[in-house]
Amino acid sequence: MARTVTSQRKALTTAAAWIVGLLIFFPILWTILTSFKTEAQAIASPPIFLNFDWTLENYAIVQDRSDYMRFLWNSIIIAGGSTLLGVIIAVPAAWSMAFVPSKRTKDILLWMLSTKMLPAVGVLYPIYLLFIKLGLLDTRTGLVIVLMLINLPIIVWMLYTYFREIPGEILEAARMDGATLKEEILYVLTPMAIPGIASTILLNFILAWNEAFWTLNLTAAKAGPLTAFIASYSSPEGLFYAKLSAASTMAIAPILILGWFSQKQLVRGLTFGAVK
Amino acid sequence: MGRIQLNKVTKTFGDVEVIPPLDLTIEDGEFTVFVGPSGCGKSTLLRLIAGLEDITSGSIAIDGNDATDVPPARRGLAMVFQSYALYPHMSVRKNIAFPLRMAKLDQAEIDKRVNNAASVLNLTDYLDRRPGQLSGGQRQRVAIGRAIVREPAAFLFDEPLSNLDAALRVGMRLEISELHKRLATTMIYVTHDQVEAMTMADRIVVLRAGHIEQVGSPLELYRAPRNTFVAGFIGSPKMNLIEGEEAAKHDAHTIGIRPEHIAVSADEGPWSGVVGVSEHLGSDTFFHIHQTGLAETITVRADGEVSFSHGDRIHLTPRADVIHRFDAGGLRIA
Repeated sequence: MARTVTSQRKALTTAAAWIVGLLIFFPILWTILTSFKTEAQAIASPPIFLNFDWTLENYAIVQDRSDYMRFLWNSIIIAGGSTLLGVIIAVPAAWSMAFVPSKRTKDILLWMLSTKMLPAVGVLYPIYLLFIKLGLLDTRTGLVIVLMLINLPIIVWMLYTYFREIPGEILEAARMDGATLKEEILYVLTPMAIPGIASTILLNFILAWNEAFWTLNLTAAKAGPLTAFIASYSSPEGLFYAKLSAASTMAIAPILILGWFSQKQLVRGLTFGAVK
Repeated sequence: MGRIQLNKVTKTFGDVEVIPPLDLTIEDGEFTVFVGPSGCGKSTLLRLIAGLEDITSGSIAIDGNDATDVPPARRGLAMVFQSYALYPHMSVRKNIAFPLRMAKLDQAEIDKRVNNAASVLNLTDYLDRRPGQLSGGQRQRVAIGRAIVREPAAFLFDEPLSNLDAALRVGMRLEISELHKRLATTMIYVTHDQVEAMTMADRIVVLRAGHIEQVGSPLELYRAPRNTFVAGFIGSPKMNLIEGEEAAKHDAHTIGIRPEHIAVSADEGPWSGVVGVSEHLGSDTFFHIHQTGLAETITVRADGEVSFSHGDRIHLTPRADVIHRFDAGGLRIA
């Protein structure tokens, strides 16, 4: 049945979408606004929305007090490294699951996903002890490994879904054309799956960037990424909302900008396969 | 060279035996067609030869060398898929060059062979396009181009024309036959279309449920089908199969008579019936005759000029010298 969408209805839907969007974005907006207030204005009651004395003082203090660039660099290495390593491991895994599945493939996939259902704190103790034993505590290498493992099930699942959309006959054609397994994956599968791989990388980079539980528990001064940077501004004494907001804004800005520029790719990636 | 021997080859998927033990030799340079209804195992058989599926038992030899455990990449065979299976991210030139690149040929040789194949297949103007920008027939040609540049021992075609429209199909059929005449390379061609089988093949292999029902030249199959299955499968429209009293007169359980071997007449003939649907092709007309007392429907091919109306009672005369006789097991009686 064809449904006609009246312009009035369209306007209503648009308005509703904007309201939902703003609701979701509001905490971030509030954080950004607060970062430009003085500490007194930040906790004023009733809250001040826009008519406050805009100041960059908080940023100056935050910049002064801690080395933002070091945290940023740690975040880039940890998020980037864990994503890259994860994709390198996940591509062959997803290839085998998508194109030469066995009777147990579905079980393995589910089992892998089930590890995501386990509360992370459940394995904190063993991992922490392992890290001490292996000397990985407060190292970027340690975090790259842990975050890669944490996100690996998602990477494999996403790639598996994308690979399943690629007709097997094309890979068979490559085989008939004399391609070895490595050449088949490198020259045929990967280029065809580039959009899927790109959105997988993007999503996992964001997940790793925002990951706080492991980064906070396994790092101290040296390897701490931006999440640790934010955490260092939350103090039980309070009255540092403005500085905390400034730190948060600085921490989320890079990923927000990245997300903004790649939103088309992300949306396509997240809804891929939903409509054929 | 491309002589392919299958020796007691079997294939099972789980508990299902798709190919029971099968022996077959395909001679060098021969155009062999595997034909049969869907699900008869013809595509599986082709994929076993290609190496895309592992055989369960038995062996495959290519030019006398055991190829049973050789991966598809190293069997020296080229395959054209039903879906064409072109690489969508590569230009036509790169698609055709791909097998040569995998064979690590130098660039000059690759260019020479690609240009050569492109000119043979009328693809020169399209070399820089992507497969997505081509028509079905052009894509098919690219797939064939990709197969011929390697100069393989044999070509494998898996229902390559079934995605094309009727007119294009006839054209491509001729082109592939032409190609075979020129290259004189072994070709194995899978189809469910008996017209393709009849027109293209040197030798037809009729398959049913993984069994070879008959192997022979198109005319051998047409003139002397080994059993009622082949009799019904080869020829269009289908052979009329008649059981009972009429067959008993010929000392057979079943007799078969092709539609083109029955004469129609308004007033005389040993059989009679009522005209049902008439299919007018212009040159010929196919009449479907009911109430003959022989079989539910008897199909008759008559000249296009002959005209009967729906419901007319007419008379039929079979040509005595081309009546096929089969026993109770469906096998031909010599």
